[in-house]
Amino acid sequence: MPLLEIKNLQASVEEREILKGLDLVVNKGEVHAIMGPNGSGKSTLAHVLSGKPDYEVTGGEVLLEGEDILELDPAERAAKGIFLAFQYPMEIPGVATMTFLRTALNSQRKIRGEPELSTPEFMRRVRDAAQKLNIDQDMLKRPVNVGFSGGEKKRNEILQMALLEPKLAVLDETDSGLDIDALKVVADGVNRLRSPERAMIVITHYQRLLNHIVPDVVHVLSKGRIVRTGGKELALELEAKGYADYQEEAA
Amino acid sequence: MATAELAVVRTPAEEAIVERYPAFRARQQHWGGAAVERLREQGFAALKTRGLPNRRVEEWKYTDLKALMPQLAERFDGFSQGLVERAAALRPHLAVGDATRILFVNGCSAATLREQGFVYGSVAHGDDPRPQTAAVISRERDYADNAAVALNSAFMDDWVFLRIPAGTKPDKPLHLEFREIGDKPFATYPRVLIVVEDGASATVIETHDGSDGVAYQTNSLIEFEIGNGARVEHVAMNAAGDKALALSTVAARLGRDARFATLTVTVGAAVSRQQLFLAFQGEGSEAQVRGATMLRDKQHCDSTLVINHAAPHCLSRETFKTVLDDEARGVFQGKIIVAPGAQKTDGKMAAHTLLLSDAAEANAKPELEIFADDVVCGHGATAGALDDNLKFYLMARGIPEKDAEALLIESFVAEGVDSVEDETLREALMDVARGWLKARE
Ligand SMILES: Nc1ncnc2c1ncn2[C@@H]1O[C@H](COP(=O)(O)OP(=O)(O)O)[C@@H](O)[C@H]1O
Ligand SMILES: [Mg+2]
Repeated sequence: MPLLEIKNLQASVEEREILKGLDLVVNKGEVHAIMGPNGSGKSTLAHVLSGKPDYEVTGGEVLLEGEDILELDPAERAAKGIFLAFQYPMEIPGVATMTFLRTALNSQRKIRGEPELSTPEFMRRVRDAAQKLNIDQDMLKRPVNVGFSGGEKKRNEILQMALLEPKLAVLDETDSGLDIDALKVVADGVNRLRSPERAMIVITHYQRLLNHIVPDVVHVLSKGRIVRTGGKELALELEAKGYADYQEEAA
Repeated sequence: MATAELAVVRTPAEEAIVERYPAFRARQQHWGGAAVERLREQGFAALKTRGLPNRRVEEWKYTDLKALMPQLAERFDGFSQGLVERAAALRPHLAVGDATRILFVNGCSAATLREQGFVYGSVAHGDDPRPQTAAVISRERDYADNAAVALNSAFMDDWVFLRIPAGTKPDKPLHLEFREIGDKPFATYPRVLIVVEDGASATVIETHDGSDGVAYQTNSLIEFEIGNGARVEHVAMNAAGDKALALSTVAARLGRDARFATLTVTVGAAVSRQQLFLAFQGEGSEAQVRGATMLRDKQHCDSTLVINHAAPHCLSRETFKTVLDDEARGVFQGKIIVAPGAQKTDGKMAAHTLLLSDAAEANAKPELEIFADDVVCGHGATAGALDDNLKFYLMARGIPEKDAEALLIESFVAEGVDSVEDETLREALMDVARGWLKARE
């Protein structure tokens, strides 16, 4: 059974249809890249998968391990193993990063009927994950993302992913705003989490990230539909030719 | 004059003030001397000529006292050992740690303590205030005619004073613990004067708890006289009973190079009006004024501040956080006055309200009255619902909706409470906030 199966998905924002019949199958262990011009609906797909309320699903199905998740709220989906690394991570003044991480982890465990992690065990996991991503302990004491640089915010997203150990991680333009060193740290973090039990959807506008996170499958999203699917060489082709073809094709 | 008064139609509460005052005054004449007598008369005169303020009085625009206090409850008169025991058994909202406690049961201090580190006394009991204290008792008060203050002055039956001697710091915080206990409506008028002499420092915690289900009226006045180089941290907790009308006034006068930090956390009472009259009398002083208010049902809380920068080179920060659920109403009125010649004044005022329900209402009226030209002053006010994008971010990490909301509300309130230096006290205050959140179904 595929990990994720999206069938003829249609979704609207503010009465405007953005996803217009999208199909996608992702198996465990695979990394899929979704590329496409700005405004083609990449973030919309990511948000719809996570259950963001302002996106209305008007048709189609989304199955996670065969189970329809469209009726679940975002927290329930997270507990089932869906993780979204945000294109624009939110700043939350007044909530320490550490508190946030612990609340998130324990909430998911509770929904799944697992016991809370002990404080030392939690601290150990955070320290390990943070160290690998060059995140210092000081940053963890600060309010979530407040005053973080663009790179720090993205690393913080990957830290959360590492702690929450999702089944399906959706990375929405995790490369945007990163210099090459930061990009490598983030990509290494992502690669460490690749596993036969986990799948990833890497959304990006540029091919650059895919040099570091090498995908199994590449899709082109245009005007709310997947219009082409290929291997990693498709990303190189897009890099060379740009998206002009797809913008025209869907128009 | 006589004809003007005849034309006035008094409410039953105003009628009661005028009727009860003469006999009350006669009974209280044995203490306090001319200074107290003058204050009492001044308060009564203000009430008699003006009555209780309605919403057409600018200062009371959002809290129509005339309408909210139609009856004047009888002042409490039924002290017994049993009552004190009942009061002592009441579980307070705020878990104050180790402190020197002065318990006020229904407005009267239940015991005269003489603790290390400060001087405590009662004007009514004839304890002899030092000359400085006596001078403060008789000084002019520009807030004397304020309706709540006038009512307290007219009907006070004791006046507790505390003095922190120059250059000293009591080991423990001082806890003024007000508990109002009763089964039928009653009124209390506690009054405290705290003189913090030059170079002294003190932490003063003020808590108000009371019986639920009883429409009691409490009206407290706490005055701080803060000497040169003195420091005061003041934390007030309003957890008055759910039917209570709670008027409370804090007045603070700061000398030179003084520091005053005050935080009021409010969860209680049906109607609260919390006033601060702060005056900078000497250069180089600073005040941090904060509020954290959490209301539900039809609760009403009005925080009204008058910050008078009468001296140059002083700094004040006013930051108020209000969370309103159901049909609650939160009012913030803040006025910064910069006197002529108070150059280099730095004053910033901000009031932020989180609306958890469409039926909740926030009113903010920040004002600047600036009579000097070389100053930096500003104010801002916001009111809005919880940020849906933040909520989604938390939920996308697996935090259920109600918990995500609670976390955001808690963090909003925490920004008001963060300034409290003592960690145990800060956590105790956050526990009150968390308790409030838990009660949100
Ligand atoms: N929350 C929203 N409100 C209104 N319009 C939106 C919202 N999110 C996305 N859109 C619109 O949907 C279209 C697709 O956007 P998006 O999914 O962000 O594209 P991409 O991520 O591929 O750049 C755009 O036209 C965008 O303006
Ligand atoms: Mg996008």
